[in-house]
Amino acid sequence: MDGTIHADGTRADDTPNDRLGDTPGDDFWTVAGRRFHSRLIVGTGKYKDLEETAAAITASGAEIVTVAVRRVNLSDPKAPMLQDYVDPKRITYLPNTAGCHTANEAVRTLRLAREAGGWNLVKLEVLGPPPLLYPDMPGTFEAAAALIKDGFEVMVYCADDPLAAKRLEDLGCVAVMPLGAPIGSGLGLQNPAILSMMMEQVKVPFLVDAGVGTASDAAIAMELGCDAVLLNSAIALAKDPVRMARAMRLAVEAGRLAHLAGRMPRRMGADPSSPLTGLIR
Amino acid sequence: MQTCVSLTLNGEHRGFDGPLTVDGLLATLGLDRRKVAVERNESIVLRSSYAETWLASGDAIEIVHFIGGG
Repeated sequence: MDGTIHADGTRADDTPNDRLGDTPGDDFWTVAGRRFHSRLIVGTGKYKDLEETAAAITASGAEIVTVAVRRVNLSDPKAPMLQDYVDPKRITYLPNTAGCHTANEAVRTLRLAREAGGWNLVKLEVLGPPPLLYPDMPGTFEAAAALIKDGFEVMVYCADDPLAAKRLEDLGCVAVMPLGAPIGSGLGLQNPAILSMMMEQVKVPFLVDAGVGTASDAAIAMELGCDAVLLNSAIALAKDPVRMARAMRLAVEAGRLAHLAGRMPRRMGADPSSPLTGLIR
Repeated sequence: MQTCVSLTLNGEHRGFDGPLTVDGLLATLGLDRRKVAVERNESIVLRSSYAETWLASGDAIEIVHFIGGG
């Protein structure tokens, strides 16, 4: 990668709208023509209740949240809904296809999501069987093609496969989002070198979408050069989800700044930090 | 004239007094139409056409909303 930094703060290897800022507010990324300042996308699943969901999202600073589409519980039509706690006018809902195993199911699910809220920016995930829930790439390719044909802007969860990344971009996906480890595993990034190679293959935004377990994992993803990080369980299953949400926000910002700053070279040995001259004798 | 409209609603067989539109069904169920989406026989029902979409016995209806997910 060319790490040259231009006078306006952009790097030669950044997309043109990628700005380095002294404050987080100056830094943004763009997906499908929409601009976001937060580089953390959080899921809304696995929380104790909707109050905790809302508090964690606020603490994370996320501007995009993933949501699932499911049948309404007809026996309790007045039960509180996610929209009552997380305002879709302030936070961009990114409907997912979790639970869909075919292209047809994915298209039906996201057509419903589009009608429920008017969103055409969606997250596609077609998963293989437990216990790994690894991305089913043949199913993912088929569903991505069908969704794009139907007018959706598809952010796609995928395997850590550089060829798949390029193919998804060529199909017209607006973001490529490989796993760092299986969904909900919290194992941290098991594949940083492969992720870096994948990143080189695509021009659309590149996110790590699964495997983050704690704040340092999110920072590593950003230091590698990801445009953003998507996570859910690492916050929702923390002992104190709201505090972990804040930790993730800071980690993503720190990792982003470290990436832009450019890390020092690694060296196999010491190099004194204090001058060797002027010592008293 | 009252008729009975027999639907498969979110996978369950349910009977309703007819004639019935999607609008009428949502009102009968007590659902906020702004927070749900409706599919009839695997085709999306546009919100703008809820009032004109008449349901027939045998229709398969899915009513969904957003819930927490990753």
